[in-house]
Amino acid sequence: MLKDITLGQYFPGNTLAHKLDPRTKLLAVVCYIVAIFSCHSVWGYGAAIVTLIVSARVSKVGAKALFRGLRPVLFIIVFTAVLNLFYTPGEVVWTWWVLKITREGVRMSVAMVARITLLITGTFLLTYTTSPIRLTDGLESLLSPLKKLHVPVHELAMMMSIALRFIPTLIEETDKIMSAQKARGADFESGGLVQRAKALIPLLVPLFVSAFRRADELATAMECRCYHGGEGRTKLHVLRFAARDYLVLAFYVALAAGIIVFD
Amino acid sequence: MMSTIIETDNLTYTYPGSEENAATVALGGVTLKLARGSFVVVLGHNGSGKSTLAKTFNAVLLPSGGTVYVDGMDTKDEKLLLEIRRRIGMVFQNPDNQIVANVVEEDVAFAPENLGVPTEEIRQRVDDALEAVGMTEFTLHAPHLLSGGQKQRIAIAGVLAMLPECIVLDEATAMLDPRGRREVLNVIEGLHREKDVTVVLITHHMNEAEHADRVIVMNDGTVAMDGTPREVFSRADELKSLGLTVPDTISLLRELRDGGLDVPVDAVTVEDCADAIMEAIG
Repeated sequence: MLKDITLGQYFPGNTLAHKLDPRTKLLAVVCYIVAIFSCHSVWGYGAAIVTLIVSARVSKVGAKALFRGLRPVLFIIVFTAVLNLFYTPGEVVWTWWVLKITREGVRMSVAMVARITLLITGTFLLTYTTSPIRLTDGLESLLSPLKKLHVPVHELAMMMSIALRFIPTLIEETDKIMSAQKARGADFESGGLVQRAKALIPLLVPLFVSAFRRADELATAMECRCYHGGEGRTKLHVLRFAARDYLVLAFYVALAAGIIVFD
Repeated sequence: MMSTIIETDNLTYTYPGSEENAATVALGGVTLKLARGSFVVVLGHNGSGKSTLAKTFNAVLLPSGGTVYVDGMDTKDEKLLLEIRRRIGMVFQNPDNQIVANVVEEDVAFAPENLGVPTEEIRQRVDDALEAVGMTEFTLHAPHLLSGGQKQRIAIAGVLAMLPECIVLDEATAMLDPRGRREVLNVIEGLHREKDVTVVLITHHMNEAEHADRVIVMNDGTVAMDGTPREVFSRADELKSLGLTVPDTISLLRELRDGGLDVPVDAVTVEDCADAIMEAIG
């Protein structure tokens, strides 16, 4: 059951979207989000939707996979839609008991649903086409100017990549501890919420103890391999902008600028 | 005369005590000289100080008393820390807890990245290291999907990428199954033979000592026995009093001798043992 947990759900592939520099994709997503939140007219939304469809096509991500990402936020989408539908003041078109729907309410709720859907699917496209390590590399590189302000950018990126590295290891360990506790008669499946939460304690305690032991050993092993922070570090894979990166980035900047100016 | 890679001079180490525990003396005066290019096996039961000794070799632990020299450099000198650690590569017991990255090649690249090696040279070192441990085909794999023996070979490759003079394996085979253990030992023996890397193998498996040039037996933080495998293992009673057994080959020969067959009891490797028996039974 724990095997189902995935993070970022990267789909390996060899498309243009996969080959792009992670920094390009991160910046493109930022531009895209700016564009979505500056949309007002049908034309603006139309442009955003077409961009998403084309991007999804280029990265060979199917509609099914794209919409699967929406499932966890479905509640929020429905909630926002209903709230906007009934509580936006304006020209009333339909009433029943205390509920009334306004023309502005309908427009607003459609717009909000479109925004959230585009926002989520757009960012999912990023994580579908970019492996977590490349994403971390990209973030580290984009945030590196903050080092001047003493923000520990390298350390944060290193922590993130180590966390990603240890997710499968810790999941495997959780499975093992669970089996061991079950063999001793522990029950993780029955009872109410409180009882189930309590049943997790004998699982979490050994997991934490072992995680701390691992952290200690890993720190020693890293030191033995001459780790001494980000200073003077070189990289096996250096991020480089290619012509395609500039093109894609230019397109997204143009999209955001166009929507801000004209819409 | 071979030159010395690691030298300890009256080395002591005490683990600091806490409120509940009194301070424990792990090493009580060890003086050793390890020759460059040699294959040294350090044996000892749990708590004999063998792992502590290994950790002082690359300044993970600094001596409480006495000194450790690596290539003539004092490990207490902080300016030399990186240079010492680059020369003495360390491989630990748990393969999972020493792999840093999500992809094999990135993990092997970790040490040269830390040392500031230029990108093209890192690529070369990673490829060479993976070839040396026979893991080239796994370059782009995720380490958590590999077997224990394979993970440990990646850990060795990660150390090799520093181009070390000496590799210290601290119980690196203890968590592996017999097959994984064989894989790792083959790699280590290959590196020693072909690349002249000095190897210090810390273990409690007697059979791993068969190809060593020198066997050091630790007990209670001091060196109890020191010599060639033949010399050390022919003193079986002394080993037994230190809580250790002899390799299977030696114990077979001893039993044969007790049974009345006239065989020598100091043939450590399987081949030598077989030859000795063949000669005895004519």
